[in-house]
Amino acid sequence: MTEPRSVGPPARARLRAAGLTLPLVAFVGFSFLFPLGTMLSRSVYDPLVADALPETLALLEEWDGETLPGEPVFAAAARELETALGDRLAGRLGGRVNRVASGMRSVIVRGARAAAEAPAATARETLIAGDPAWGDPATWRAIRTAGERFTVRHYLRALDLDRDAGGSVVRQPEELRIYVPLLLRTLMVSGAVTLLCLLLGYPIAHLIANAPPRRARWLILLVLVPFWTSLLVRTTAWIVLLQTHGVVNSLLVALGIVADDGRIAMIYNMTGTLVAMTHVLLPFMVLPLYSVMRTIPPHFMRAASSLGANRRQSFFRVYWPLTLPGTAAGSLLVFILAIGYYITPALVGGSSGQLFSNMIAFHMQTSLNWGLAAALGGILFVAVGALYVVYDRLVGASSLRLG
Amino acid sequence: MPDDANYVEFKGVSKTYDGVTPVVDGLDLQVEKGEFLTLLGPSGSGKTTCLMMLAGFEAPTAGSIRVRGRPIGDLPPRKRGIGMVFQNYALFPHLTVGQNLSFPLEVRGVDPEHTRNRVARALGLVRLEGYENRKTTQLSGGQQQRVAIARALVFEPDLVLMDEPLGALDRRLREEMQYEIRRIQRTLGITCIYVTHDQQEAMVLSDRVAVFHDGRLQQIASPEGLYEEPMRNFVARFIGENNRLPGRIESIDGAVCDVRVGEALIQALRVVPAEVGDETTLSIRPERVKLAPEPGLYHNEFEAEVLDLTFLGDHLRVVVRLLGNDDFVVKIPNIVGHGAVIPGDRVRIGWTPTDCRALDHEPEAAPP
Repeated sequence: MTEPRSVGPPARARLRAAGLTLPLVAFVGFSFLFPLGTMLSRSVYDPLVADALPETLALLEEWDGETLPGEPVFAAAARELETALGDRLAGRLGGRVNRVASGMRSVIVRGARAAAEAPAATARETLIAGDPAWGDPATWRAIRTAGERFTVRHYLRALDLDRDAGGSVVRQPEELRIYVPLLLRTLMVSGAVTLLCLLLGYPIAHLIANAPPRRARWLILLVLVPFWTSLLVRTTAWIVLLQTHGVVNSLLVALGIVADDGRIAMIYNMTGTLVAMTHVLLPFMVLPLYSVMRTIPPHFMRAASSLGANRRQSFFRVYWPLTLPGTAAGSLLVFILAIGYYITPALVGGSSGQLFSNMIAFHMQTSLNWGLAAALGGILFVAVGALYVVYDRLVGASSLRLG
Repeated sequence: MPDDANYVEFKGVSKTYDGVTPVVDGLDLQVEKGEFLTLLGPSGSGKTTCLMMLAGFEAPTAGSIRVRGRPIGDLPPRKRGIGMVFQNYALFPHLTVGQNLSFPLEVRGVDPEHTRNRVARALGLVRLEGYENRKTTQLSGGQQQRVAIARALVFEPDLVLMDEPLGALDRRLREEMQYEIRRIQRTLGITCIYVTHDQQEAMVLSDRVAVFHDGRLQQIASPEGLYEEPMRNFVARFIGENNRLPGRIESIDGAVCDVRVGEALIQALRVVPAEVGDETTLSIRPERVKLAPEPGLYHNEFEAEVLDLTFLGDHLRVVVRLLGNDDFVVKIPNIVGHGAVIPGDRVRIGWTPTDCRALDHEPEAAPP
């Protein structure tokens, strides 16, 4: 007699199948969700000052913010600054406060040194002797703001907002507004790149979709070839082509279209960013469009013309609406990629062609203000999310055809 | 000047895609106004290409096509004023039924009020009143077919082309739609050119049927004419069932000839011009063959061996061996008193010379 082989219940089989995705889930969690979470938490959580000056900050809570705080506050500050100096924290502490009000780094560091090396009769005199700014309530306001453990100030900065002395939110003076104009510029550039990709990609996709299979394979290959070369190489190629003494300018000069001293600046500015980004992102437009166009049978266009439509009518009333899912998918894809694009603008954008991501990179790598970088990233994240929601409302995410 | 007898005229029309193989070869064809003409043939016979050339989606390599007395070679499809029903309906999936129907009117600049009326009328014609706001994807195959027909008619063309419109429907629906199409065509008095590979459909629908084979028009005649008087071997084979006996013409006497088939001499109608000694193929309809006829009644009378017998309700189908052919079919109507036979019996069968047509000889080609 043979033992009946035990057949696992379907639920168990499903569980096992789901188990196969665990490595991916773990990978995504480890490499995406965890960094994203810590990064975003940095934008609202900054414990350094709060940990270094707990007593001072506790005393400052009862302070009115207008007059100079009393001696106990100065005493606590002097003591904690001295400790911070001993722990080699004074510089970083100063850096944090400096982000709230510029010039504070040296105030903090000098105060700490004075507290450690030249104590006077009172703590107040000690600190003011270290730096006269300690006699200014603004310094204490900056310390109080920097001492917030959970804070929205990075987001305020990222939106070009600030708190005035009374603590209410106001817009930065116009000359200090950087991030909102930059975000708007980034959205505009992304929109322009999307439009350019659509204008260039639509005919190509149509050509491929209606070519005989052999030729279509070749054309698809040509669309994909750029993916085989490094992004850096492709971008650098544009530098070779577009720079002042590059191929295009030299050709224009040789043809007499442009004077030798009137060479056109096509790179290291917005033009360079637009051209290079359109080139890099074009395949992301072509492929979804192609996949949708391939499914549109030619007899639809025949039907339209047999019903009396001319070419324009056939296109706008029949073909274009049928390609909308591909157009929308390609545009969404290109726009989202463009809005976060970093390397191309960094290489060919010059100073006028920098985008939002370049500012994030600047705060990550140069100014080391990770809180602000995180807040900027958070804003970008929300912008893309909002875009997706709008798209879903208008077109319906279920109609996305990504190829 | 529109000449009703030559409403649509193909004159020496040929079409080749590769410059060598003709898809349509020297077609001459006239369609009368108000006529229902079916182009019938197996796939690859050139019938759809003819339709596409008429609609303007293909250009003839040679020859000319005239519609309403005017050459249409230079007109794009949209200016030919021809309604077209496509094989897979080609309803626009992003538009509702009403929008699909108003499409041809809107591109012609018909005002909205007229458009609404004409759309409603067209839907009434195909019995889909009130379906304006349905999505075409929510309709059944038969309903989609009706919408496609309504759309081809809504701009009131007097010539409508249909390219195997019922191919995707099941049999019952197909029969129902055949009746509908015929009714609509008669009601409106329009000229209709219809393409199918289904001979039964062609018989049911058409005033005349044009049989195509290998890019050539084989015969054009009424359904009865095609069945009773096939002029070519292919037509006899393609329309209905028939028995074919290859032989050689021994003698000719006016419209009648004697044909040598094996040992026997069969008297037949001489249909194609042929000389004594030419090879020919005799075509005899199975229901015209009489089993055990009164002796001396038929000129053609032979002994055969019953091989197989099938009871089909209204008739019996008997396969016999005759003159060396193993697949000679005789249909006997199931009426009281038919002589019962069983396989192995030797029987006499006979037929009149007028039911036996000497057609062109075709080397044994694969039947359709």
